[in-house]
Amino acid sequence: MSTRNPILFNDIPAESGLRRALEMHPLDIVAEVRASGLKGRGGAGFPTAMKWQLAAAAEGATKYVVCNADEGEPGTFKDRVLLSDFADLVFEGMTIASLAIGATGGIVYLRGEYTYLVAHLESVLARRRQANLLGNDILGRKDWNFDIVIHLGSGAYVCGEETALIESLEGHRGEPRNRPPFPVNTGYMGRPTIVNNVETLCLAARVLARGATWFRQYGTHASTGSKLFSVSGDCAKPGVYELPMGITIADLLVEVGGLGAKAVQVGGASGHCVPSRLFDRTLAFEDAPTGGSIIIFGQQRDMLAVARNFMEFFVDESCGQCTPCRYGNSVLLDGIERLEKGTCSIRHLNELKALGETMELASKCGLGQSAPKAFLSIIEHFHDEVLGREPPHFAA
Amino acid sequence: MAFLKPISPNTSTTRAPQSQRRNEPEAIGPGTMVSVTIDGATTEVPYATTILDAAKKLNIKIPTLCHHPDLCVAGVCRICVVEIEGMRNLQASCAYPLTQPLKVNTHSRTVRQARRHVLDLMLANHYGQCTTCWRNGNCELQQLAEEYGVDMTRFGSVVTPKHEIDRSSYSVVRDMNKCIGCRRCVRTCIDLQEVGALEATRRGAETLISTFQDKPLGDVVCIACGQCINRCPTGALMANDPTDDVWAAIDDPKKHVVIQTAPSPRAAIGECFGQPPGTALTFELNTALRYCGFDKIFDTNFTADLTIIEEGTELLMRLHRALVGGDTTAAVPQFTSCSPGWVKYLEHFYPEMIPHMSTAKSPQQMFGTIIKTYYAKVHNIDPADIVTVALMPCSAKKFECNRPEMAASGYKDVDFGLTTREMAAMIKEAGVDLPNVPPSEFDSPFGTATGSGVVFGATGGVMEAALRTVIELVTGEKVETLFENANIMPVRGFDGVRYAELKIPKVGPVPPILQHLFKDFEWLNGVTLKVGVAHGTANAKRVIEDIKAGGKFSECHFIEFMACPGGCLGGGGQPIPTSPEIRAARAKAIYAEDMGYDIRKSHENPDVLRIYEEFLTDGPCGHKSHELLHTSYTVRGRFIL
Repeated sequence: MSTRNPILFNDIPAESGLRRALEMHPLDIVAEVRASGLKGRGGAGFPTAMKWQLAAAAEGATKYVVCNADEGEPGTFKDRVLLSDFADLVFEGMTIASLAIGATGGIVYLRGEYTYLVAHLESVLARRRQANLLGNDILGRKDWNFDIVIHLGSGAYVCGEETALIESLEGHRGEPRNRPPFPVNTGYMGRPTIVNNVETLCLAARVLARGATWFRQYGTHASTGSKLFSVSGDCAKPGVYELPMGITIADLLVEVGGLGAKAVQVGGASGHCVPSRLFDRTLAFEDAPTGGSIIIFGQQRDMLAVARNFMEFFVDESCGQCTPCRYGNSVLLDGIERLEKGTCSIRHLNELKALGETMELASKCGLGQSAPKAFLSIIEHFHDEVLGREPPHFAA
Repeated sequence: MAFLKPISPNTSTTRAPQSQRRNEPEAIGPGTMVSVTIDGATTEVPYATTILDAAKKLNIKIPTLCHHPDLCVAGVCRICVVEIEGMRNLQASCAYPLTQPLKVNTHSRTVRQARRHVLDLMLANHYGQCTTCWRNGNCELQQLAEEYGVDMTRFGSVVTPKHEIDRSSYSVVRDMNKCIGCRRCVRTCIDLQEVGALEATRRGAETLISTFQDKPLGDVVCIACGQCINRCPTGALMANDPTDDVWAAIDDPKKHVVIQTAPSPRAAIGECFGQPPGTALTFELNTALRYCGFDKIFDTNFTADLTIIEEGTELLMRLHRALVGGDTTAAVPQFTSCSPGWVKYLEHFYPEMIPHMSTAKSPQQMFGTIIKTYYAKVHNIDPADIVTVALMPCSAKKFECNRPEMAASGYKDVDFGLTTREMAAMIKEAGVDLPNVPPSEFDSPFGTATGSGVVFGATGGVMEAALRTVIELVTGEKVETLFENANIMPVRGFDGVRYAELKIPKVGPVPPILQHLFKDFEWLNGVTLKVGVAHGTANAKRVIEDIKAGGKFSECHFIEFMACPGGCLGGGGQPIPTSPEIRAARAKAIYAEDMGYDIRKSHENPDVLRIYEEFLTDGPCGHKSHELLHTSYTVRGRFIL
């Protein structure tokens, strides 16, 4: 059994998932997805079937399927590949989801930088409407009405968070909402809404095409199926890889030609930094989860510079709504600057660690909750390196 | 795509985004209760009650900052986070609805640490010394720092201010160096008032509460209501304070300094001196003001009565034109014009409705004019040497007295508008213990006031005062025959929008004061008078939209609008804090004061009648009163150049 390209990049006939779903009861579609064990590929790993089930059970004649294509995590570029090369599969997944939850509207929230994809996506949508894969009475199934529009994001990283994404769709400043209630009950325009990652929707289409049992043969018990990894950094063969969930970091490094790495950042800026001695960790929801971003750091890399890079990102991208994230990131960045100058006391570093814990626990959304992770993991695993800067010399 | 078209969320008509709101989850069923255990104490609360409210029920205090009883929930400051058993993350108790039994800890290690960090981070980005801040002693951030053990500036402090103080507005001063980003002002402006002058701009630590394109507040669509000031937890927002100018006038021996006091500040100023809300200090205040050095102290109620005569007469003339003359240009319903925030709201948002606005000036402005004309003449004082000060519950009154058209006397009719808070500060500065000074009377010749003037302070009060007068003038009967104690209950209360009908059972002869205008009132015989009341501009908007859509309010004859929730007693110049309970207590004081007056109807005020005999000799809405007591409005629109 090949472990490369088993599901998404596999050569499976177009629309076979949709055609199978066409014959099924919506509840059976949800049941099939549940049986597959599919979890959200945006990084949080929420069970997809549960999301669909809650939205299906929510009251209301108008429901929405939103495809989260705001691929903004630093080091992530796998959705771009799906959108440019597998657009039909993305739309197939959305259409299946619409049947499962009873949605009439679909929206692709497309990252602003992917504007160049709009023409391509629109042409695919037009072709699908022509083929009655979208529109009214899809493929002859009575009252299955569903269409998809594309909505461009405006460049805010936080809009990848599903409630901020919905705010943005509604024309407001992209800021996360209080949860509960969740979008499955009160989403876009107050209607039940599912927000799924591009990859999740593609995998759902494959689950319907080949069945849950086939899907489950890949991955681990808690993390079924395959995952797209966007691999970048100090390796011979950067790129997008489809590999089974549960692969160890060491095995992935072999695959991409990244042997001898000093550390791997799993999950992008919002992920954490894994040092070489922990390369036997697995890329799975139960161990080291990732939305797909794998950044490899060679031996020559300065880990404090790495931490600074990620921290600067969050200082820029915090939406500014809640106190821990709005100001906490700046304080941590200030701490990194002190470490660089060799002027950060152990006492202050401990204050920063405690602040990092508060940010993880008390921030309003996932952005603030994950913002300190890279910093905390780097000062944990590269303690001596980051504390070893020469303090300033004073003139006698 | 068609489904993207309907842009208004079904949940609400407000412009506040959902991120600044808490959606009430659907109740499982009426009366469904949820059990919750907080710090070991268990209780049952209605489904979807927040953890914060459940804790209140158990007398467990959870600190809050971005939460406010008048506003939708933001859940942004994170000071109120609590630990829920079985959940990794802490949850904001103000925003978390109880939909299943939970065990909550309000002061675990992580909760205490998070609270301290939130305060440390706010203080590290908050510029300004408490000793020089106008909110010193009345600041929620200061209080929390004290209560929750802030002992050091762990994450630094701001050494130099980042933002220029915006003093462009006559009413509201913004010092963003003191802003802690709780967004109460934003929610007040966009959700409570539906004006939307303030919004969060930029991101991260640079996030700034600002105006459209960072323009000065004086240049944007701000109605000057000052409700944002009342809800700011720190000193970031304040009223434009003319106290020093007032002191300077008092100190100048050449100046004759006259102050008028409105009913709402008198019912609230005690709060600044530690009295419970609803303590009326009307006559103690007279003593204190004399002590401060004001030469004359008058009661705004006097011109409130004058306003009722003018505005009521205008209403009758308008109805006569519409009902008898068939004049389609007579804009009915007539809108009240006493609330300057409401006036500015209409000018900005519905300039096409300006013809509906009564041309009568507000009581404050009428008083200014009368003092610099009639009073100056009677007392032989050069109006150039008179300084008129108005004690108002209002920040928009500062804007109003600076309107260029408010100079009918040839001078600025009202020189300075003081808020209740500023007045309290002056009295404190003068060393007067206001609650404990002996009471004293207002000065003549405007000494007589009526209960009608007093009730102006509460929402529905102008309508009640107007009805008392109009009913008696038209029917010739005592209003008490229709309403017990002349209390017109249908227009009272705190419902945002109210509607009442009143059939005119019979008409009497035209009273002398109106004989120059009407031959008889037969044309009103049997007419059902329809009136409306709205307070808070969000409610005003509902009424205006209803009128434009041809709804119930389009059939009204007269509608009272107040910019502030609760009317003047909830004005933007009133003591901080504010809440529905505090406003209800102030209203109680105002209605109690009304009952205490011998004369409770404007048209029975002998001083008002005398002014028509001696000065405004061509009667209500006559030539002279038009010159002095009526005004015009400005088409402002919503677009900023």
